[in-house]
Amino acid sequence: MSFAPGDAVRTSSANPAGHNRLPRYLRGKRGWIVARRGSFPLADLRAAGRPAPDEPLYTVAFAAAEVWGPDAEPRQTLHADLWESYLAPI
Amino acid sequence: MPPSDHDPDHGHDHGDAGSAQATQRVTALVDRLERAGVTSDAEITGVLERFLAAAGPGNGARLVARAWTDPGFKARLLSDANAAIAELGLDMTHWAPVRLVVVENTARVHNVIVCTLCSCYPIALLGPSPTWYKSEAYRSRVVREPRALLREFGLAIPDEVEIAVWDSTAELRYMVLPQRPPGTDGWSEERLAALVSRDALIGVAG
Repeated sequence: MSFAPGDAVRTSSANPAGHNRLPRYLRGKRGWIVARRGSFPLADLRAAGRPAPDEPLYTVAFAAAEVWGPDAEPRQTLHADLWESYLAPI
Repeated sequence: MPPSDHDPDHGHDHGDAGSAQATQRVTALVDRLERAGVTSDAEITGVLERFLAAAGPGNGARLVARAWTDPGFKARLLSDANAAIAELGLDMTHWAPVRLVVVENTARVHNVIVCTLCSCYPIALLGPSPTWYKSEAYRSRVVREPRALLREFGLAIPDEVEIAVWDSTAELRYMVLPQRPPGTDGWSEERLAALVSRDALIGVAG
């Protein structure tokens, strides 16, 4: 599943034991695609010493209230660079 | 150990115990490579010295001053930063190439960069990162309460201005393009560049 800017996505809620680049604070959160940044080897596989094919990487934005709930500071957005397999369409 | 940028599998901040363990591992690895004749201490030192001699916040400041005075360059810097910085003889190749994204401060949005997972940082443009950038306090608070944290840095962001936090979790590095200060019309690039601090390029100063 590939995405385009503006697409709504939800991040994975998985908590894998190994190396992973989806920060805990952004797990299971709703965001939107800001940009596609090309394709890079998936760090999870590379860190495990396994073959790591290139995978699309996106900058994804999140409203602070989605991440921190009602205690979030107003007018804040968070962005992270996330591989496609961390994301699902909404 | 080399500065902890670029190669995301190195340089994680695991605290003192983790750092000591990482140092031991690196020392052992270097020892093995030297004994196998793959590299030498002099070669490693030379690579680091050449890289660090060319890496400093003056590079980022030059980019900002050019963007402030040349709208075409600014547009290229925001759309394809790697190509744009090459126009000034700069590149993001540390030990491995990384993609650079420049984010622009405006009257409506203030940007700030972080690496919550480790300490990724645009070393080629800003030099080695400050200690606080790698601290758990900065990495956790800048995503949770950036407005309060920036106030502690002495930077009061007006309530109506959005704060955009950029967490460098993968193969991209970020740099902030600050707003041009008022009253600098007609200034030369050199004079403008002198106004641009490292902290402004991170987003913790104006």
